[in-house]
Amino acid sequence: MPELSDFLILGAILFCISIAGIFLNRKNLIIILMCIELMLLSVNLNFIAFSYFNADIAGQVFVFFILTVAAAESAIGLAILIVLFRNKGSINVEDLNALKG
Amino acid sequence: MTIANLNIAWLLPEILILTMACVILVIDAYLPKQLRNLTYHLTQGTLLGAALLIIAANPMQPILAMNDMVIIDAMSVVLKLFIVLIVFFTFIYSREYLQDRKIFKGEYFVLGLFATLGMLIMVSAHNLLMVFLGLELLSLSLYAMIAMNRDSKVATEAAMKYFVLGALASGMLLYGMSMLYGITATLDLTKLSQSVSEISNDRIVISSVNQLISETEEVELAIKNVEKHVTTITNSPIATKIAEIIEANIETDAMVIIKPMLASSSQNYTILVFGLVFIVIGVAFKLGAVPFHSWIPDVYHGSPTSMTLFVASAPKIAAFAMVIRMLVDGMQTLHTDWQGMLILLSILSIIVGNIIAIAQQNIKRMLAYSTIAHVGYLLLGIIAANADGYAASMFYVVVYTIMTLGAFGMIILLSRTGFEADKIEDFKGLNERNPWYAMIMLIIMLSMAGVPPMVGFWAKWAVLAQVINAGFVWLAVLAVLFAVIGAFYYLRIVKLMYFDKPTSLVPIEAGVDMRFALSANALIVLLLGLMPNTLMAICLGAWGISV
Repeated sequence: MPELSDFLILGAILFCISIAGIFLNRKNLIIILMCIELMLLSVNLNFIAFSYFNADIAGQVFVFFILTVAAAESAIGLAILIVLFRNKGSINVEDLNALKG
Repeated sequence: MTIANLNIAWLLPEILILTMACVILVIDAYLPKQLRNLTYHLTQGTLLGAALLIIAANPMQPILAMNDMVIIDAMSVVLKLFIVLIVFFTFIYSREYLQDRKIFKGEYFVLGLFATLGMLIMVSAHNLLMVFLGLELLSLSLYAMIAMNRDSKVATEAAMKYFVLGALASGMLLYGMSMLYGITATLDLTKLSQSVSEISNDRIVISSVNQLISETEEVELAIKNVEKHVTTITNSPIATKIAEIIEANIETDAMVIIKPMLASSSQNYTILVFGLVFIVIGVAFKLGAVPFHSWIPDVYHGSPTSMTLFVASAPKIAAFAMVIRMLVDGMQTLHTDWQGMLILLSILSIIVGNIIAIAQQNIKRMLAYSTIAHVGYLLLGIIAANADGYAASMFYVVVYTIMTLGAFGMIILLSRTGFEADKIEDFKGLNERNPWYAMIMLIIMLSMAGVPPMVGFWAKWAVLAQVINAGFVWLAVLAVLFAVIGAFYYLRIVKLMYFDKPTSLVPIEAGVDMRFALSANALIVLLLGLMPNTLMAICLGAWGISV
């Protein structure tokens, strides 16, 4: 029987992979969108594990809301991506350089 | 879970905005282009209606509604009112700008209403879930709003950057929330705060019990000491548990049970602080505090000015409310931990914001860095970690949004079809072109710089007084020092307006509503500066402090 800490470690690993993906990736914006999705899913894993081991249902309800918001977020993200591609003809991260923040 | 607990009547402002946003969306879809103004008027009517409902639903005592999901208290009423009114002014300023640029579409107003709804939910949230949903409703509307100018390269790039960093911030915030939920097994902020204070009490008990055990070698004596100690403590679950164990077992057995229990319970506090770190990071992203500020200059610069105006003003109030809900309502007992983190954020924001702003040639970027600096000052009041400090911060954030509204309003005013007045040089000789507008900009710039009779000065004074009361004199000295440095770039604008020759003599044209609103905006800044006590009394009242 896996323990709570196993789930949390898996969640933390996925979270770190997603953060690393966002910051290290210099090629493709779609990969960044995938990383954002992965990040939210790792949080979901945390919530479900805590919800199960604390015997409290609220965490699982939270997960449904996160899933819904994640869907809305990727819809908007992809829409912006398409507009960006029409304007620049590229979705390369390095080409996002008109503004120097 | 009964209908009686819903208290729906207290949520009428939110319900009105939600219904009207949906209605306006449908009406706008069938509206011919020349009647688009109807969308605008309906939106403004909705906002005014919501403002009236907010004033009408002003409770004497904090009211929990929707089965404790939302709270309506004095602070939420004041902040909601300001949010709705500021969005109202934002739309007045935006109308002509959008018409000139052929992006006067119903979506802007519908997204604006949904963003407003998100802000109201954030202000009223009494549950981690509501904080998250309100925040996402706000952020998702803003991403779409910025990308609305589809043919602009910079606007879409700004939207993409904002989207990625905003999503990252939400992810951080959620990870922190999941940790809090794991330790406290609740999402409700009141219960969370109880659990948090129990856990921090436990931490004190654990360390003292550990000390007692290590001091005495004899097991029986140690247990007796521990028993004597834990029976005096009332508000810590672990103390009661230890007392029960000692009562039920003989000394040596009790020791065997207690020791591992102490070890496992002491982790709770660490995990709590671990979660807190992520929450502070998420909140700092949303506020735009250094080192999580990188999206602010790009988003302010890249977005069409009317969208910049929207992003820069009301959401700051909502972000402040989120800080209060999470850190104060939820984790006031952990204030020694978050104080340190906020001090770091605040110092860095004040230094970086004020210094980099000096180097900017684009006034939107300059105002972006000035925002970052202002966020630093705003955090000072929260660092004080008492009701007076929160009231001072609240005063600061309200004043700041009113000033930003005016500053971006001026940029919109000077812009015209095919021309963006976003260079600092565009303000050259404004006094010769139109003394009244130069006067408005003068009032706002002096106020932002914190020159004494202006309201910006009183706002800075309030937070600095609180941070000194809390014992951080060095922090206040640093903040004042950088406020002086920061005054340079505001005064540079004043110098350009009054002492330089204008580069173009194109007359400044604007509709009556725009001119009236902008003048009112500047006069409010001026009047608040002369009578800061009225607004201060409202802010203090929101924290239950009578003047």
